[in-house]
Amino acid sequence: MLKSLRLAALMSVITLTPFSPASAFAEPLKVVASFSIIGDFARNVGGDRVELTTLVGPDGDAHVYEPKPADAMAMAKADVVLVNGLHFEGFLQRLVEASATKASIVELTRGVEPIKMKEEHEHEGGDAGEGHAHHHHGDIDPHAFQSIANAKIYVKNIADAFCAADAQGCDSYKANADAYTQKLTRTEGEVKAAIASIPQDKRTIITSHDAFGYFEHEYGLTFLAPEGISTEAEASAADVAALIRQVKEDKASAIFMENITNARLVEQIASETGLKVGGTLYSDALSPADGPASTYIDMMHHNVDTIKGAILGS
Amino acid sequence: MYDFLIAPFVEFGFMQRALAGSLMLSLGACPVGVFLMLRRMSLTGDAMAHAILPGAAVGFLFFGLQIVPMTIGGLVAGVIVAVGAGAVSRFTVQKEDASMAAFYLISLALGVLMVSLRGSSVDLMHVLFGTVLALNDEALILIAAIAAITLTTLLVFWRAIVAECLDPLFLRSVSRLGTPVHFIFLGLVVLNLVGGFQALGTLLSVGLMMLPAAAARFWTTRVEPMCALAVAIGFGSCIAGLLLSYHAALPSGPAIILSAGLVYLVSTIFGTRGVFNTRIRRHRHRTA
Repeated sequence: MLKSLRLAALMSVITLTPFSPASAFAEPLKVVASFSIIGDFARNVGGDRVELTTLVGPDGDAHVYEPKPADAMAMAKADVVLVNGLHFEGFLQRLVEASATKASIVELTRGVEPIKMKEEHEHEGGDAGEGHAHHHHGDIDPHAFQSIANAKIYVKNIADAFCAADAQGCDSYKANADAYTQKLTRTEGEVKAAIASIPQDKRTIITSHDAFGYFEHEYGLTFLAPEGISTEAEASAADVAALIRQVKEDKASAIFMENITNARLVEQIASETGLKVGGTLYSDALSPADGPASTYIDMMHHNVDTIKGAILGS
Repeated sequence: MYDFLIAPFVEFGFMQRALAGSLMLSLGACPVGVFLMLRRMSLTGDAMAHAILPGAAVGFLFFGLQIVPMTIGGLVAGVIVAVGAGAVSRFTVQKEDASMAAFYLISLALGVLMVSLRGSSVDLMHVLFGTVLALNDEALILIAAIAAITLTTLLVFWRAIVAECLDPLFLRSVSRLGTPVHFIFLGLVVLNLVGGFQALGTLLSVGLMMLPAAAARFWTTRVEPMCALAVAIGFGSCIAGLLLSYHAALPSGPAIILSAGLVYLVSTIFGTRGVFNTRIRRHRHRTA
């Protein structure tokens, strides 16, 4: 029984190659993370036992990233490659093939319950929880890391992947992951408390692209966005008009920019409705080290504080 | 009827802005497009969309993600490419299409190089290129200024530009204005394109410049009516496209360009110089 469980756990994390080359004793584990948020998780779990390369850096947009030769080199030398999966990194598949890497490609969203992206933006605000069941039949929303519960799954997957690649460090990875998961749990409590302090009827806000589906699902805020799930899509006049109507009917109570997208559409909606832009939310990338969201935990704090401040201040 | 045609523009400020911006762009860009087409430089717009990258990158390297420095950089890069290509075609045996291709490729490669050196993964063009639904006051003023400059220059140099475009050797034999006018015209092209990119995005600025002009070509042979008709087609496409985008929830840029594309296809077939009429006329000629 116990044995089969362990086997199942092992199978669940090792995806492409069953056994990666055993690393030498003192050599650090070479890890490639696809974008900044996963990089932050990997640093917390790996500590100084891993040598980390992050492909899409701070404030970078993984939807439209074009890899460089250096990325392919890092990939070819890597022991473990950590990716989000669910088609978040459009550039990834070809890079994996081109670099001919032998590393195990670990999709961190494995074990996450995927939610589908919203088809329409018109659905009524306030009842975020139940409005979901029948409203959409589009693609799967890849931004799973916006819910802290999912972040814990990411962290567990990373620890398992590191253990599989470097058995000697396993205890240390597990310990780091536990410590970090406790921090995540504390952050989650703070996020929930902050949102509980926002009145029910004020919990609809506007951002520039649909990146917060999981946040919305988990914590009961409703996010509306003129652009679709990828930053590449273009808005239609009907979408923008629908958003403006929502604000005018007092259904949406704040509007925000995101760090990776073109802010003009959001500014236009803000100026037309008289709603002040409440600040910048970090959606798909962390800020540089000197910014307000240089780690995942800082990002969640920053986002929820910004949202709360803008709604309660208005 | 009112609900369908007028109400969207009355109810929403962004629709008014989109309409004003796209109409003003048509006013300047459509006549320029007619001349571009007559000179067989119809693909210049697409080349230009790539050629401005190094300029935008320089603006980004020195000032970060600021629209104004990036636009000015793009303008400078665009002018260098256009003037360089124009000079090569004017003073050597090479034609304008080949020299334009050469210059824009050099420029694009330079731009990609500079962006990569900085190691940024933000899509610069995505930030620089605007959308018709998000025109702020600055963008509207920019488009208005471009339209005014374009129309004034066209009116002042009308005869010279027409002559330069249709028979450059004749103009050179009767006047020394030939070379300056050539470069003034290229300047207008760059101004309209880069300004249009910044305010409305690539598809809309290139599309509004070329499609109405190409459609108007099927209705007349004279330049003045062709320009007027191109502007009229541009206006019609903007209004139809925005209404389509509003009522059918389609992205605005493609909706406007597809409206213009429809006019083009219809003109190709039913225009006075289109397939249908030229065929019938030839047929009559044969039987008579």
